[in-house]
Amino acid sequence: MPSNDVLAILEFRGGQVTKAGPEVLGQARRLADTLGGAVHAFLYGEGANGAAAALGGYGVTKAYVADSPAFAAYNGGLVARAAKDAVAACDPRLVLLAATSPGKDLGPRIAASLDAGLAVDCTAIDIDGDALTAVRPVYAGKANQSIRIAAAPFVASIRPNVFPPAEAGAGDAEVVALDTAAAEGETRIKVAEVAPRETGKVELTEADVIVSGGRGLKGPEHFHLVEELAEALGAAVGASRAVVDAGWRPHSEQVGQTGKTVSPNLYFACGISGAIQHVAGMSSSKCIVAINKDPEASIFKLADYGVVGDVFEVLPALTEQIRALKG
Amino acid sequence: MKIAVCVRRTPSTETKIGIGGDGRSIDPSGVSYILNPYDEFAIEEAVRTKEAHGGEVVAITVDGADASKDIKKALAMGVDTAIRIDPPADADSAAIAGALAEALRDVGPDIVFCGKMAVDEQDFQVPLRVATMLEMPAVTFVTKFEVNDGTARATAETELGQTVYESPLPVLVAVEKGINEPRKTGIKDIMAAKKKPLDERAAPAIAAKVAVTKLELPPEKQGGKIVGEGVDAVPELLRLLREEAKAL
Ligand SMILES: Cc1cc2nc3c(=O)[nH]c(=O)nc-3n(C[C@H](O)[C@H](O)[C@H](O)COP(=O)(O)OP(=O)(O)OC[C@H]3O[C@@H](n4cnc5c(N)ncnc54)[C@H](O)[C@@H]3O)c2cc1C
Ligand SMILES: Nc1ncnc2c1ncn2[C@@H]1O[C@H](COP(=O)(O)O)[C@@H](O)[C@H]1O
Repeated sequence: MPSNDVLAILEFRGGQVTKAGPEVLGQARRLADTLGGAVHAFLYGEGANGAAAALGGYGVTKAYVADSPAFAAYNGGLVARAAKDAVAACDPRLVLLAATSPGKDLGPRIAASLDAGLAVDCTAIDIDGDALTAVRPVYAGKANQSIRIAAAPFVASIRPNVFPPAEAGAGDAEVVALDTAAAEGETRIKVAEVAPRETGKVELTEADVIVSGGRGLKGPEHFHLVEELAEALGAAVGASRAVVDAGWRPHSEQVGQTGKTVSPNLYFACGISGAIQHVAGMSSSKCIVAINKDPEASIFKLADYGVVGDVFEVLPALTEQIRALKG
Repeated sequence: MKIAVCVRRTPSTETKIGIGGDGRSIDPSGVSYILNPYDEFAIEEAVRTKEAHGGEVVAITVDGADASKDIKKALAMGVDTAIRIDPPADADSAAIAGALAEALRDVGPDIVFCGKMAVDEQDFQVPLRVATMLEMPAVTFVTKFEVNDGTARATAETELGQTVYESPLPVLVAVEKGINEPRKTGIKDIMAAKKKPLDERAAPAIAAKVAVTKLELPPEKQGGKIVGEGVDAVPELLRLLREEAKAL
């Protein structure tokens, strides 16, 4: 019989707990309160030990840490194996993680090793008596599915940028440094090479603000208009599939059903018609701005604010006035 | 080399989603099915791997008899044989994975290909559950794959950048868009597919863990507000973003 505790799975990368961490901790705290249990954390990444005690400020009682050079790059088999030790140590009722790419890889591995039910990419999550209930977008955001897992333990991943991040307070967690030698020895798959994405660029799925461009930009040589607005806003650059397929932008920037799902606070769709497959990837953005010269473009049905106009005129004006604002 | 590919069908991505009478699934009327787009990439990669190294490819699906057309498509693309397992009652991803793992134990593949997700329920679960149950190394989000001298090299492309993994066989690989361009099939391929063996099996008794209780359409977003036209609208847009939306 599992305890009433919640185990939050956290990634440590680039010298800090990743952005989704406080979002996971916020829900872990809330659900642990409902269960009448404690929050523990499993934190993995090279250098993670230094950040573990401070998790106490988020109400974490014990922080299990997997920190060795083998955790510098993400290796799902290895992380799952190390997580197993943390799970065995605290026997949680709920294991909670973020539905980032590593989280989507790790969740089913942990769930399968616990023989547990897994709720993926939740936008709402609760404990209802003995069960876990959750809501998750399906069919590319065209429907919401409510699910229920009756028997504990539960594993759930929450969609990034949907839940409010917990605020850090004071306090120290008890740090349990896991011995990862056994996990490293047992993991047959190895990381051979890493080409991290360019630093300095804001990652799409983590960005607060995204500026996306579509075929309305007319050619790759005009995308600097999108990049300049993004830079003025401290935003990430996104793209429609039409411009990715045309080779104007890399696939890593594609937003939509066959690209990335994003839910930033603010999304600019510039010269994008609003095809259902594009909308699938961005409709959960909190505020959507559309700039399109066609007043009938379907993106205007979705946008909170629309400007009917030519991107070649509107984007430079917008960039200039935002620069002035942020002065 | 023994290669397996796990495939399933999904409603066509153009399907207009309505809620079915049970309130838990989509309205089936007028829905047309396609192979899950990521599974087409998986099939293509499986067939290319066979073409490069020899061996045979078996496609496995856990689905009802209606899925035969989609299995035929896999066979037409160059898969050699297929297994169709009737789904356990109320199957969830854990039960599907259990059924696949059971079948794969018999097959004993060197490589298992899957899609990274099924585009309808976007669950991202089945491949890594299968790999964990079979204690097989696994990589998902794979955009490049090769195998040399019994070692697989798979490149995963995610928000972390590109990571290249090396694994001994057997290995499970869940593929991402961009890994290849699935081949088109012609009449000859379709005819050839008709002669390929399809092994049909009864549903294993595996209990589901996750129950779907409701399916709902998201609340309609009330039509956007047109701020204005051209550059003249920019100051007002910025005011609204700051004062009304508090997004700047
Ligand atoms: C299976 C499948 C999966 C797909 N997945 C995706 C996906 O993941 N992501 C995705 O984005 N698409 C996806 N698509 C493609 C999608 O259907 C659209 O074709 C695509 O989103 C269109 O891109 P766009 O809006 O840039 O181009 P268009 O539809 O050509 O729209 C260009 C827009 O720019 C406007 N415009 C033109 N000139 C100007 C100007 N000077 N100033 C302002 N506005 C201007 C036009 O009015 C028009 O609305 C998918 C399609 C399929 C079939
Ligand atoms: N019913 C099934 N039969 C065979 N393979 C499946 C089935 N469901 C999922 N898969 C495989 O698992 C991948 C991911 O699916 P999912 O976990 O459902 O998002 C798919 O792309 C398939 O390769």
